[in-house]
Amino acid sequence: MVTPANKLSPEQARRRAWMATLAKATEVELEEVWTGLRLDPDYTWLRRPEFGSTLIRARAGGTGNPFNLGEATLTRCALRLADGTAGYGYVLGRSARHAELAALFDALLQTREHGDLVGNDVIAPLAAGQAKRHHEESRRANATKVDFLAMARGVSLTSNVANEDKGYDKS
Amino acid sequence: MSVAIDTAHLKHGFENAVLDSQAIFRAALNAFSFPGKVQVLDRMPDPPPPLAPATAAFMLMIADLDTPVWLDEGADTKPVQDFLRFHCGCPLVHEPDEAAIAIVVDPSQAPRLGMFAQGDELYPDRSATVIFQVSSFTQGYSVTARGPGVKESNLFQIDGLPDWFWRDWTANYACYPLGIDVLLTCGAEAIGLPRSIHLET
Repeated sequence: MVTPANKLSPEQARRRAWMATLAKATEVELEEVWTGLRLDPDYTWLRRPEFGSTLIRARAGGTGNPFNLGEATLTRCALRLADGTAGYGYVLGRSARHAELAALFDALLQTREHGDLVGNDVIAPLAAGQAKRHHEESRRANATKVDFLAMARGVSLTSNVANEDKGYDKS
Repeated sequence: MSVAIDTAHLKHGFENAVLDSQAIFRAALNAFSFPGKVQVLDRMPDPPPPLAPATAAFMLMIADLDTPVWLDEGADTKPVQDFLRFHCGCPLVHEPDEAAIAIVVDPSQAPRLGMFAQGDELYPDRSATVIFQVSSFTQGYSVTARGPGVKESNLFQIDGLPDWFWRDWTANYACYPLGIDVLLTCGAEAIGLPRSIHLET
């Protein structure tokens, strides 16, 4: 069950947002910014990267009843920095390094020392790039959108009146 | 909703989840195949107190999202809850008879054996495995085990179980195929007592 955004504290909402950004970023992107940061924090594994599967749920048209779409491979890990801050990485696919980097960034973002730096230099540009890509994709998809409508042809498709008139046994 | 896991003080799980789980599974299998024979479950050097290394290793190996776990009063501490919730993901239950696995670190205050899930006639496997942390495998009661997995008889020693345990065990044995299975742990060592085994003190 997903907690609705308005039930989260501001810190939780921010953390959810950056974890989503880290999960949607590619491993190459994260590796690049990680090298650029030149940070080398000490950390220990709470949970080494492991592969699993997760159930994907969806709604038809984005608004219908939720249904189970299928399962997707997921990689997760958890680590702890020397100061005790824990970082979690949950990413789609099977990349231990992607999950590790996501967990490292997640931990650093919670620290007073590096939080703002990583937030401004890593998360903000990544999120902006993702928003732009998303916008671009929906614009392209939107251009191919077709609206279907049923034309009335004199007989109502939803009414049983015609059948009843003919005296069909309905039992 | 439950309280957040205190990750700053969380104890580590297995160093190598696959190999360690396999080794512990083998040891646990041996424990229940050769009742009364001491097995070493030593892949868990630093468990959260008051869990013994063998208890913690067994839990990491076997407990998961489908394993309701009951903790006795001594084991029901935040570090232990966090450890099990984080590494095993198992639900923690409040009543002994709701548990698939129960951990008893203080046998003198333990519920009687009949209070744990006994299984039913159609599904005897829906019974509990109860872990008793005992104080010694070299002193105390001399116990003779007879039954499947034991050639003639097997003599072992246990200290730290209440007197009623042996009477309850006789009743447990009589209920076969219903009844609980017991894992005795002491430090990094363990003895398995499947419900099919007959014990004499």
